[in-house]
Amino acid sequence: MTTTAPAVRQATGPKVAPTRHPFRWLAAAGVVLLLAMAANSLVTNPAWEWEVVGQYLFAPSVLRAVLLTLELTALGTVFGFALGGVLAVMRLSPNPLLSSVAWGYVWVFRAVPLILQLLFWYNLALLYPRLSFGIPFGPSFFSVGTMDLIGPVTAAALGLALHQAAYAAEIVRGGLLAVDPGQREAAAALGIPRVRRFFRIILPQAMRSIVPNAGNEIIGLVKGTSVVYIMALPELFYQVQVIYMRNGRVVALLLVAAIWYLALTTVMSVVQHYVERHYGRGRS
Amino acid sequence: MIEIDGVHKSFGALHVLRGVSLKVAPGEVAVVLGPSGSGKSTLLRTINHLEKVDAGTVAVDGELVGYRRSGDVLHELPEREILRQRTKIGFVFQNFNLFPHLTVRENVAEAPISAQRRPKAEVAETVNRLLLRVGLSDKADAYPGTLSGGQRQRVAIARALALDPKVVLFDEPTSALDPELVGEVLDVMRDLAKTGTTMVVVTHEIGFAREAADTVVFLDEGLVVEQGPPDQVIDHPQHERTRAFISRVL
Repeated sequence: MTTTAPAVRQATGPKVAPTRHPFRWLAAAGVVLLLAMAANSLVTNPAWEWEVVGQYLFAPSVLRAVLLTLELTALGTVFGFALGGVLAVMRLSPNPLLSSVAWGYVWVFRAVPLILQLLFWYNLALLYPRLSFGIPFGPSFFSVGTMDLIGPVTAAALGLALHQAAYAAEIVRGGLLAVDPGQREAAAALGIPRVRRFFRIILPQAMRSIVPNAGNEIIGLVKGTSVVYIMALPELFYQVQVIYMRNGRVVALLLVAAIWYLALTTVMSVVQHYVERHYGRGRS
Repeated sequence: MIEIDGVHKSFGALHVLRGVSLKVAPGEVAVVLGPSGSGKSTLLRTINHLEKVDAGTVAVDGELVGYRRSGDVLHELPEREILRQRTKIGFVFQNFNLFPHLTVRENVAEAPISAQRRPKAEVAETVNRLLLRVGLSDKADAYPGTLSGGQRQRVAIARALALDPKVVLFDEPTSALDPELVGEVLDVMRDLAKTGTTMVVVTHEIGFAREAADTVVFLDEGLVVEQGPPDQVIDHPQHERTRAFISRVL
């Protein structure tokens, strides 16, 4: 007896008609109209002052300000997530003291508004005029004036990092908790040393849920740096204010700042996409 | 090879192991049967100190696992020592627990490199040999997520064997598998049993117990009820509870 593979049969009978979506077309037309109006106004309304925007977009003072914004973001991110990582591990520790200290930190630093904290660090000298270094409760080796050690940039970076650490701690903790406990157990059963277990097995898997949230936070931080304008630090937002106070071109200069913030977050979103892809390997 | 003596273990008010003693000779294959909740998995997990005991001792290859004895007191060993002991005891989990972000090759090579500090080139050869043995040479660079359940469990077995352990423990290795994939995993385990590997297998596969086990241990309510060769325990159980269990699963 011979068997033949079943042939692909030609479809017969009534045809299936594609479903029509008239309201989709209507909504799309409405959106296109609104976009056209917005574009038209951007181009034709002279009050946008595009030539002024062009003039200041790459002005040296603005570029220096962008650089400071980036610097503050980088410091806030690196120290914020480093401290946040330590806090997350402390929080998950079976030692109740470590765990409650980490909890207390997050409680305080999430509660106090960033702007208040920044002013607090800026005015630390009122509280402690001199900082001394030595043995705790023992002799001091040397001391420095608080004002000399903590200038405006340090105060701003400190404030941003300490604030960010509270949020980072929760993000990292969430990521570590999201890893299947069986992974830790398998690594322990294989005799893999503790540090290696954390960095090779647990953390890379935790990164899958840490990265999207961390990306959110870092993009938030780029814009959060604009809060330090109250400390008269020439970051992007402060700098454009200085310029428009002088020349009165408010809208154009706010636009300059907006374009730069947009550019910076765009680059970060692209980077985030590749970082996510890296940690997503092995999963579809 | 394995000597378990009077082991007790409670989880809160639940007394899971109530004085279990068991000896497994070198090269012996012991299959542990018992209803769920009888303490089979807990017993297995005390053998590599994934679970601490409340009382009693576990020794593998003549060495107390997880503890150091001084007089009448057992002190828990430092973690480094426990990890060293675990490299002599392979463990295969019900849910495989492969590392999903590492390839098959990296999964198998991880512990020999990081726990045993063996040279990479030598480990690479071991990995190739083991993947050949479990029939997955062509999957060396695949990620676990792309494999079937049966293939994943075979990788997990290769991973446990990569440490060249004195004993291999299997915790319900086929319970998470689709029925048609159970056979391929049991085939690998049967081969292992033939080559003289000391094995303790917790399973519900009576067929495997009958043909591969040297000893069948029936555990119920935290105690060894009956043990002996399979034709005795499975086919002519002495104890009422064993008979009831066997008749339910056959």
